[in-house]
Amino acid sequence: MNTAVTQMRETKEFDLARSKLRELNQFLHGDLGTVKQVRVLNPDGAHSIAVGVDAPVSIQIDGHAGYYAGGMNKLATITIEGNAGPGVAENMMSGRVHVKGFASVSAGASTHGGLLVIGGDAGLRCGISLKGGDIVVGGDVGAFSAFMAQAGRLVVCGDAAENLGDSLYEAVIYVRGHVKSLGADAQFEPMTDADYASVAELLAQAGMTHDPKTFKRIASARQLYHWNADANQEY
Amino acid sequence: MCGIVGLLLKKPEMRDQLGALMLPMLIGMTERGPDSAGMAVFTDPVAADHRKLSLYSGTQAVDWPALQSALAAALGAAVEISVKQNHAVLATTAAPAAVKAWLKAHQPGIMVLSAGRSIDLYKDLGLPAEVARRYDFSHLSGSHLVGHTRMATESAVTVENAHPYTAGEDWCLVHNGSLSNPYQLRRELEPKGIEFDGDCDTEAACRYLEWRMREGDDLETAIEHGFTAFDGFYTFLMGTQTKLALVRDPFACKPALVAETDDYVAIASEFRSLAHLPDVKHATLFEPKPEHIYSWSI
Amino acid sequence: MQTKPPPGAPSLEESWGYDRKTIDYIQRAAATGLYEIRGLGAKRRVPHFDDLLFLGASLSRYPLEGYREKCSSKTVLGTRFAKKPVELEMPITIAGMSFGALSANVKEALGRAATAVGSSTTTGDGGMTEEERRSSKTLVYQCLPSRYGFNPDDLRRADAVEVVIGQGAKPGGGGMLLGQKINPRVAQMRVLPEGVDQRSAARHPDWTGPDDLTIKILELREITDWRIPVYVKVGATRTYNDVKLAVHSGADVVVVDGMQGGTAATQTTFIENVGIPTLAALRQAVEALEDLNMVGKVQLIISGGIRSGADIAKALAMGADAVSIGQGMLMALGCNSDTYVQGGTHHSAIADYAKLGTAPGFCHHCHTGQCPVGVTTQDAVLEQRLQPEVGATRVRNYLKTMNMELTTIARACGKQNVHHLEREDLVALTVEAAAMAGVPLAGTQWVPGRDLTRT
Repeated sequence: MNTAVTQMRETKEFDLARSKLRELNQFLHGDLGTVKQVRVLNPDGAHSIAVGVDAPVSIQIDGHAGYYAGGMNKLATITIEGNAGPGVAENMMSGRVHVKGFASVSAGASTHGGLLVIGGDAGLRCGISLKGGDIVVGGDVGAFSAFMAQAGRLVVCGDAAENLGDSLYEAVIYVRGHVKSLGADAQFEPMTDADYASVAELLAQAGMTHDPKTFKRIASARQLYHWNADANQEY
Repeated sequence: MCGIVGLLLKKPEMRDQLGALMLPMLIGMTERGPDSAGMAVFTDPVAADHRKLSLYSGTQAVDWPALQSALAAALGAAVEISVKQNHAVLATTAAPAAVKAWLKAHQPGIMVLSAGRSIDLYKDLGLPAEVARRYDFSHLSGSHLVGHTRMATESAVTVENAHPYTAGEDWCLVHNGSLSNPYQLRRELEPKGIEFDGDCDTEAACRYLEWRMREGDDLETAIEHGFTAFDGFYTFLMGTQTKLALVRDPFACKPALVAETDDYVAIASEFRSLAHLPDVKHATLFEPKPEHIYSWSI
Repeated sequence: MQTKPPPGAPSLEESWGYDRKTIDYIQRAAATGLYEIRGLGAKRRVPHFDDLLFLGASLSRYPLEGYREKCSSKTVLGTRFAKKPVELEMPITIAGMSFGALSANVKEALGRAATAVGSSTTTGDGGMTEEERRSSKTLVYQCLPSRYGFNPDDLRRADAVEVVIGQGAKPGGGGMLLGQKINPRVAQMRVLPEGVDQRSAARHPDWTGPDDLTIKILELREITDWRIPVYVKVGATRTYNDVKLAVHSGADVVVVDGMQGGTAATQTTFIENVGIPTLAALRQAVEALEDLNMVGKVQLIISGGIRSGADIAKALAMGADAVSIGQGMLMALGCNSDTYVQGGTHHSAIADYAKLGTAPGFCHHCHTGQCPVGVTTQDAVLEQRLQPEVGATRVRNYLKTMNMELTTIARACGKQNVHHLEREDLVALTVEAAAMAGVPLAGTQWVPGRDLTRT
């Protein structure tokens, strides 16, 4: 094992140029003892970094992550000092994942809780199948974001590409910039005081400053919740 | 499915390093494509009256010197052949079509992989590292390249079905994804006189673009037509004598990442394959948008 | 079909193409403007295990004595990478059927029965219930496109994880559960509004294609510390390619579900017209493993219309390591039975079938949530018609019976282990079955289409 322990007793380092991913994840799944912070060096696009964590530990990834960084996260605070590949924080249950750079497709797919923050842009299908988690994107989101999103909130500080919120259930989307087009059953709705408060709270948690009054609300029109032959629904 | 790599060097003085820079990119794509690998390299063009063809002999033994003399005599042209394992580069003053016809008649077991003034194309079965070793990829030199590692989905694991695919001269294409209407495309193209080598879905896209360019479209226009004609998921990376071009379908399900510095443009399916490149920490990194044609020239 | 008319009356000739069934279909479409949705699997006749027969022992082969001479049916699944493969007493598993499609009582009954005989159960498109985890010793946790209820805690306490790409009833489609079955508990588990007509996604949200599946499987392994086997399940279509790709992607076990496989609800047109018969799919799957030299390293489970010990024996002889059963389990529980048991006595369910417009033996109305015998329902009244103890006994008996039939046949073919059954023990009754299964027509050495057995 080539793991280097730094001067701080509570911080542990893993250098993926020298140790295996398996060692890192195994450590994170085990008894962390007094370790409160973990630093991952030379991630170089490795997949599945810090997946399945179930402990209130801080993990810093010094570079770009591959697919599924922070997948199925519980309780941990994971920071990626770079970009993230597809499926970052997929199925997160609680905790926080922060991507400083941009995120690839399916960011925050199916998260049940916790907060995913993306400093830059997110690719297509951001928040697909969302199940209760919150996502805040500093830049733009790609097409089909919040596709079939069931619960939770997506805040987009930039623009949204085509088909935003297609087949939306009860999740709510807030967009500050331009929406290229809405997906099936998604509609603009007036912002209420509760919406402004939600946006303000989420932006604060994400460490971003924008005026909540500049955001628009998108939610489900609920026209596809039940089949109706006369309604000419697009099936 | 597959892994894709592309590299274009902006600085001519870096051209001798092309292979060395590319090798870790290709090896990084091994899990995505363990069945076969291919590489198209674009070098300084040979003289205007010359052409080079890349040939694949497979595991059969070929008497290359005899072939060289016979071909030179038959075509009344200069012919030079340099051989490496199952591969040969044939340089000639004859027209590629004439060489192909002669080979078809006299050496049908030899596959012509590419033709042109700049392109050299290698493809073979096996893990990327094996193929790279066999053809000494780390010492390749040139201005730009297109590479591929294959995980066969529907068609057989053969060299005919390995990528890159070529059409005409100095043009090639690699594909990550799966087209859902390849046979329909094929049946449209065959009556127009377009010939197919194998039965891989990628070839349908390649021949479609070949047809459009034969009809006078430039590459970008041909790809635009492709947005309507092709159904399924695709990331395509193409190489011409002077350019690399990259495009993704509207769903963008298959990954692609670009890293650009003052010295190079590098493309790969995953960042893992770019992490070793010089000064990549300061490169501009981005993911290509769907249905958007990106191109870079040397 | 021609009915004999009374003297003087006109004779009636039915059209084959526009028979009563087709006329009803057209007129129903004209009335409703919507496709028919129903449960269970393909009802049309397709070449199946019924068309295969065993060559038992005689002069050239010696049988084993029943009872006294041991015939083992122990089965191990997931030996390729997992630290803890799944070990079963019989090569029979219970297929994934969701809580939501089925009641909680049923999930518990299935779990208890499987535990009693050394089989396993599988969660389904709705997540893992406490009843199921508690009652089932070996539980396979499905990871589906919908990801309903999917969470790391349940993943960590599962005995295997099954990445579902599709199922035989609707390869290329997602799950479906109509509003009447989305009660508060189901809604809460799936994070859906109560009463909504739920349609699951057809594709996974965070990966497409075998190159990305490879990475997804590695993620699941990392989360579970490489402890449990990873199954990959496909509905039978281009099975040869799919099995090869599943192996390339890193699966420990491949599950192939033929077109006869059931569902709680989907479009009838999907069930009957998409997917290939289990017989053909099984043959292709085995060939894929043989071509990759993975027989014995990656295990194969076949499902879709497996009903009896004979079906299981034939599936094993053709090269499967185990089978998975869904519809058969429901029928063992009482699906399509005339009666249900409540308060210790049998009650007639015929009137309730009639209310749905059907009758015992013909019912496929799982999608309504009004199952007259309490199996595929969330209704608080109806679900009492199937108590876990009663259900567990029935399923246990069914599993035991099939396993005994399996070992009987195996012994008759001279095998000390059911996994020693081989395809040379089989012959076919029809040309189609011979071609699909790749076994000779009985009494001949002819296997039609042999050169084309690889797609």
